[in-house]
Amino acid sequence: MTLLKTKIGRRSFLKTSTAIGGGLMLSFSWLAACVSDPKRVLTMPEEWFSLNGYLKIGENGLVTIISPNPEIGQNVKTSMPMIVADELDVDWTNVIVEQGPLNTDIFTRQLAGGSQSIRQGWQGLRMAGATARRMLREAAAKAWQVPVEEVTTKEGMLLHEKSGKNATYGEMASAAANIPVPEEVELKNADDFKIIGTPRKNVDGLKIVTGEPLFGLDYRREGMLTAMVIHPPAFGMKLKSLDDNEARNMPGIKDIFTFKPYEDGHVKNMFDASAFTELIAVVGNSTWEVMNAKKAVKAQWEPFEEYADEFSHYSDPSRKIAKRQPAGLESSARHAEIIAEYSSKPGNVVRRDGNPELAFKQAAKVIESQYFTPFHAHNCMEPLNFFANVTADKAELVGPIQTPEFMEKSVAARLGLPLEKVDIQMTRMGGGFGRKLYGHYGVEAAVISQKMNAPVKLIYTREDDMTHGTYSPAFHALYRAALDENNNLIGFHVRAGGIPESPLFANRFPAGAVDNYLAEEWSYDSNISVGAFRAPRSNFMAAAEQSFLDEVAEAAGKDPIKFRLELFERAKNNPVGENNDYDASRYAGVLELVRDKSNWSEVQPGMHRGVAAYYCHNSYVAQVVDLEMKNGKPVIQKVHCAVDCGIVVNPLAAANLVEGGTVDGIGHAMYNSGITFSEGKPDHSNFNTHQWIRHRDAPRAIDVHFVQNNTDPTGLGEPPFPPVMGAVANALYHATKKRYYNQPYLG
Amino acid sequence: MANFNLNINGKQHQVDVDPATPLLWVLRDHLDLQGTKYGCGVAMCGACTVHLNGTAIRSCQLPVSAIGNGSITTIEGLSATGDHPVQRAWLEQDVPQCGYCQAGQIMSAAALLEANPQPSDEQIEEAMSGNICRCGTYVRIKQAIKTASTLKNSAS
Ligand code: FES
Ligand code: FES
Repeated sequence: MTLLKTKIGRRSFLKTSTAIGGGLMLSFSWLAACVSDPKRVLTMPEEWFSLNGYLKIGENGLVTIISPNPEIGQNVKTSMPMIVADELDVDWTNVIVEQGPLNTDIFTRQLAGGSQSIRQGWQGLRMAGATARRMLREAAAKAWQVPVEEVTTKEGMLLHEKSGKNATYGEMASAAANIPVPEEVELKNADDFKIIGTPRKNVDGLKIVTGEPLFGLDYRREGMLTAMVIHPPAFGMKLKSLDDNEARNMPGIKDIFTFKPYEDGHVKNMFDASAFTELIAVVGNSTWEVMNAKKAVKAQWEPFEEYADEFSHYSDPSRKIAKRQPAGLESSARHAEIIAEYSSKPGNVVRRDGNPELAFKQAAKVIESQYFTPFHAHNCMEPLNFFANVTADKAELVGPIQTPEFMEKSVAARLGLPLEKVDIQMTRMGGGFGRKLYGHYGVEAAVISQKMNAPVKLIYTREDDMTHGTYSPAFHALYRAALDENNNLIGFHVRAGGIPESPLFANRFPAGAVDNYLAEEWSYDSNISVGAFRAPRSNFMAAAEQSFLDEVAEAAGKDPIKFRLELFERAKNNPVGENNDYDASRYAGVLELVRDKSNWSEVQPGMHRGVAAYYCHNSYVAQVVDLEMKNGKPVIQKVHCAVDCGIVVNPLAAANLVEGGTVDGIGHAMYNSGITFSEGKPDHSNFNTHQWIRHRDAPRAIDVHFVQNNTDPTGLGEPPFPPVMGAVANALYHATKKRYYNQPYLG
Repeated sequence: MANFNLNINGKQHQVDVDPATPLLWVLRDHLDLQGTKYGCGVAMCGACTVHLNGTAIRSCQLPVSAIGNGSITTIEGLSATGDHPVQRAWLEQDVPQCGYCQAGQIMSAAALLEANPQPSDEQIEEAMSGNICRCGTYVRIKQAIKTASTLKNSAS
């Protein structure tokens, strides 16, 4: 049992009727649409009693649990409330879930990113459930005149064994709401979990399969106008002149105007990233009318001069970072020249162990390879969109956003409103993948609504979304390995760089497992905007490093799993350096598990196998890909996945997420065209030319195995995505006798 | 602008719109049926899939003027309470991640099973490859289509 100081602020006793859709938060009544299906549970209660910001209990025992974080498909809307429910000790079928409002007083880190929702929410969620349970027990003890220690709970019931007294949570909820919040609470032992660790279906499942309007794009308001924006057709361009005479007279069009999403001189936060300083807004009655008018707008564009954007530092906002936006219309051909130049000269040394130069000089064998991936667009299935209703003294925004707290600040700054006058409501998101961390589209919606003096829904077309930027950068890595005459790895060198950012993680494996190690990096400025993309940088480095290690193992005449396990053994027993950013035992653990579960030593005839393992975002994943060639085409028969993310909160959703990350990784590495550029213009703007993984390319089966342990849980949104890219490259090598260095492998 | 009488989910609806307006936007903007999703607008993602006389079509490419007396079914009209075998199978397999593509996937799958009650793996891949799932739920979708096939065949 763990004792923890309670941190959650207790709001004043709140009692509300259910007339407004079961909403405690009166201003969020529309969220009734986001409440999980109440049909399968007790009927709605007459009254709700709020025990803390995370939960309220009805007089009939029905419990509403608030899911604080944005839902992008990682299923936190089910798994976060499961954690609260377990500590509260209630029957999951009597729980309904509501998407929480943005409220940084109550909730911590309401952000979907970095696979951190469960990891960083874990204690707060448990505490919320445990605190409420304690208050219910105290209320019962008081009512029954017995010591609180003697009051136990069981699935929504309070019991006093000696006297035989019992009550439901619902019966005690009113009294419990008046109990002072305890200073300390007991948390369960992991072995006593009843809901955590059990498979629970998506709380929004029925709503999704029946087509309820859950997403930002589905949100509507009486009198709402539709808006679209036009951005420059190429990076490096800005607006020169606008001719909207024809467009403005088209049916249904209300207004066309230019505007700046951020005012000049505005110090941006890191999620304000946007490549375009001025946009054209087209506003009208319906989507189709606005789409047509948008095509009729004649704008002239011109190259911009170099300028600097100022950003505030993520963790220390008082620190300012200047970011150069160079002039010029960039092309992928030119990028290739830059990469060739920079990767062939020394970069900035980030880590150096031993004497790598000497090791390479003395090596019996040196292996060298280079890897590349282009820029990538996130392509969330739901394109960017946001609703805004800005009136004289307040702004109300509704839509898909991974960083509501940052968007709130940016909107407040842009409109000149105090923070408390900006209200952001989070909808379910049709995918995020990092793209919806960057909330410029919410700010744009707010500016347009203010100008129109009307509620407005801003919609990006697929083309707008795919060509707007905030891409994953173009990355390159050069790897060298030195083997001695006994095929021991005596030297390792990585030089990684990118446009405009380096992907290097200098302290990740195999750092710590090799005596002589050198990690260098370089970068080259660009005016193409970039941002976080599912497992940023890891998504490239895992593919490169794990492909390279396969090549090194082969050159050393070793089995690729044994080769890696030897290195982990070294890192475990006698690590080189101090800042090694991984736990060698857990890393080896997933490799061993995937080795055993895939029956690694026995390859089926006609099957080609590749393996990879990677650690990022606090979780460990190893994958084995089984691939067959059919009519000259690779068919992935099975992917075996071994995952160590500590305690698995919801095994059903976790397996789904691992499967999805695996499919996405295979698609990203093998098929995804990425975004290339000609004269600053993205070469793809829709799925007619932009390739994406489809049903026919997906693995025929995916097996997911979790390492069983009681370590606090870590996330899964990102970790399964990077390693499979290496595993599939290695399987392809065995199938085709060709190494795959450039993504997309089948491009 | 012109008036159109549309038969959608067994009901008659009247709209006054530009005849070139794709069915997708008529559903979403004019009839408040937002289950049908926009993903690409160029018939390449399948998010907007609905049934026209029982066949799966991409509503982003179907001008309202081309519908005539055709009967349209959208995700909202596939069943009254979400108990169509495909919907039940989707819930049983817990298919959705973000969920955005799933209405389109379900409509494609339902049309497939109507035409071919026991599709092979290859037939499923063929019929479903026009529907992108950005979250990568393909393996589960295939399982769910097989589950739905069983549910459907045991019911009839
Ligand atoms: S929106 Fe119609 S196929 Fe993509
Ligand atoms: S579930 Fe997210 S796009 Fe398919």
